Amino acid sequence: MKILVTVKEVTVVDDEFEIDGLSIDDRYVTYDLNEWDEYAVEEAVTIAEDVEDVEVVTVTVGPERADETIRQALAKGADRAVRVWDDRLAEASMLDPATKARLLGAVAEEEDPDLVLTGVQSGDDSLGATGVSLAERLEMGWAAVVNQLDLSADEGVAHVHRELEGGVDEISDVELPAVLTIQTGINDPRYASLRGIRQAQSKDLAVKSLDDLGLGPDALDSPIEQTALYEPETEGEATLFEGGAGETAGELAGLLREKGVGQ
Amino acid sequence: MTVLAVAEHRRGELRDVSDQLVAAGYDLADETDSELHVAVVGGDTAEYGDRLNRPSVDVVHTVEAGAEFNHDVSVQAVEQLVDAVDPTVLLLPHTVNGMDYAPAVASQLDRPLVTDAVDLAVDDDLTVTRELYGSKVETTVDVHADRAVVTVRPGEWPPADGNGEASVEAFDATIDESQVRSTVTGFEEAVSGDVDITDADVLVSVGRGIEEEENLDLVRDLADALGATLSASRPIVDNGWLPADRQVGQSGKVVTPDVYLAIGISGAVQHVAGMKGADTIVAINKDPNAPIFDIADYGIVDDLFDVVPALTEEFQ
Ligand SMILES: Cc1cc2nc3c(=O)[nH]c(=O)nc-3n(C[C@H](O)[C@H](O)[C@H](O)COP(=O)(O)OP(=O)(O)OC[C@H]3O[C@@H](n4cnc5c(N)ncnc54)[C@H](O)[C@@H]3O)c2cc1C
Ligand SMILES: Nc1ncnc2c1ncn2[C@@H]1O[C@H](COP(=O)(O)O)[C@@H](O)[C@H]1O
Repeated sequence: MKILVTVKEVTVVDDEFEIDGLSIDDRYVTYDLNEWDEYAVEEAVTIAEDVEDVEVVTVTVGPERADETIRQALAKGADRAVRVWDDRLAEASMLDPATKARLLGAVAEEEDPDLVLTGVQSGDDSLGATGVSLAERLEMGWAAVVNQLDLSADEGVAHVHRELEGGVDEISDVELPAVLTIQTGINDPRYASLRGIRQAQSKDLAVKSLDDLGLGPDALDSPIEQTALYEPETEGEATLFEGGAGETAGELAGLLREKGVGQ
Repeated sequence: MTVLAVAEHRRGELRDVSDQLVAAGYDLADETDSELHVAVVGGDTAEYGDRLNRPSVDVVHTVEAGAEFNHDVSVQAVEQLVDAVDPTVLLLPHTVNGMDYAPAVASQLDRPLVTDAVDLAVDDDLTVTRELYGSKVETTVDVHADRAVVTVRPGEWPPADGNGEASVEAFDATIDESQVRSTVTGFEEAVSGDVDITDADVLVSVGRGIEEEENLDLVRDLADALGATLSASRPIVDNGWLPADRQVGQSGKVVTPDVYLAIGISGAVQHVAGMKGADTIVAINKDPNAPIFDIADYGIVDDLFDVVPALTEEFQ
């Protein structure tokens, strides 16, 4: 069995930052493996440990810099990785769900997985749409916001819980092959061991261009254009207590006492 | 031209987001001189159809399709309805079930999709405002196409209400069962423990800023000193540091205490959904740009490891 896990390198913005055109100024960003994808990787690796003969392949669309993030997934036990990149991608200010699904879909078609795991959303773009777009493109079944997964490969079914609003789970069966978008909390992601980190260095990380995937330049055509990026005007009217911690804590204590708290 | 908004229901109830979608649809229809159509797929369509007949709605389409949401059925039904109505903009909710079918609808229809809209405007193109980086930054995107699918963030539009004069029309969708690849077999409520955070007058709520499980004692001590109840944002529960019944937010509990003290919580939309109704919101966060300050009444921009012990001391 083969499990394909989509992983995204997300942009993490510093507390104080500046905007440069349509992106955050480089000086104020760091990069990390998307939180939701950590859970997806863990879920795949756990299945590979429990079931015989499972290969876990990760796929990412991202620049060379993303290799570091991909290696994190390899260090946690994924077997190999594919990274899709093309210089033309650098010019796109944002990728919409359809474009992501086209690129990831081309890899999925080559890999022909039995199960695809994605995150519910990416922490930076928060489209919350790539997994289901990909499923539709691949003509696979799917389930979004999965917080429990019990794979029954023999029956060709994934028994899942989907986490709805308000602490209610929907329980459903999804035919395989399927794409599941994984919610945080579904498992307890491991830390990479030193051995894992060492092994990750020698695992296969294939870089593929659009041409390699048989995609023409129109694969990047999108009617969606990002036009502005700005700090929202704060709607807030918060009264801020200022000064050292002793002072601010004292003022807050006064407020709380006024409200009858801690009497 | 037509704007079509599709309502959401679950377990016998039309969900609140439905009237918000009608309101978003109304704004858009008004701006573009379009008709406003609303649809509901499955559930008690007679009752929901009636409820969705809000002022300024032109047509309510009711589609018989089983009691509960099934994404494969909804995709087919909405696709057929869109073929019949041909809306310029199709509005769906950015809810868990919206995330489970909107991308497939857009993909099937080959229409561009923009998710999680917090504002909509039409100039030549449709312009959608959405948030990035955990709501620290806003962006606008233009859709250069004459048809689009947009999912709308819950809680952003004030709900439509009142009774309108729409015609309520049944729409027959033909569901191809061979394309139904998933079956909903039931629901499960989260088990509740011995503490009900929705009952508390004062909540001391802790987020990822606390860093380590050992550090939780700092906020526990504060809660004790204040006679308050301890609650948390999702990562604390995901890590297994506190039980699930302490989680505040979209997938946790909705709380309305007199005082909500958010400590090391950024104020992600799914968290805010659970606590924005608190009377007084106080935030302690070292990031002055954290979105929690947008809804806080009082705030301290500082390191919680300095402020929290000092605050506890004030009450000992
Ligand atoms: C479908 C779905 C449902 C969800 N449901 C929920 C839900 O019910 N409840 C929920 O909470 N989340 C929910 N989330 C997750 C949500 O999107 C956020 O990831 C989460 O709320 C973040 O929690 P946080 O604020 O504790 O962590 P972060 O966003 O990481 O914020 C930590 C904050 O701590 C501050 N901080 C760090 N160190 C310090 C320090 N020393 N002193 C002071 N401040 C410090 C930082 O500045 C930051 O603002 C859901 C997400 C999805 C996709
Ligand atoms: N550039 C990308 N490369 C690989 N996977 C991605 C990429 N963008 C999104 N994904 C996957 O899709 C999920 C949802 O992301 P999004 O739809 O962007 O919110 C993420 O958790 C990833 O698993």
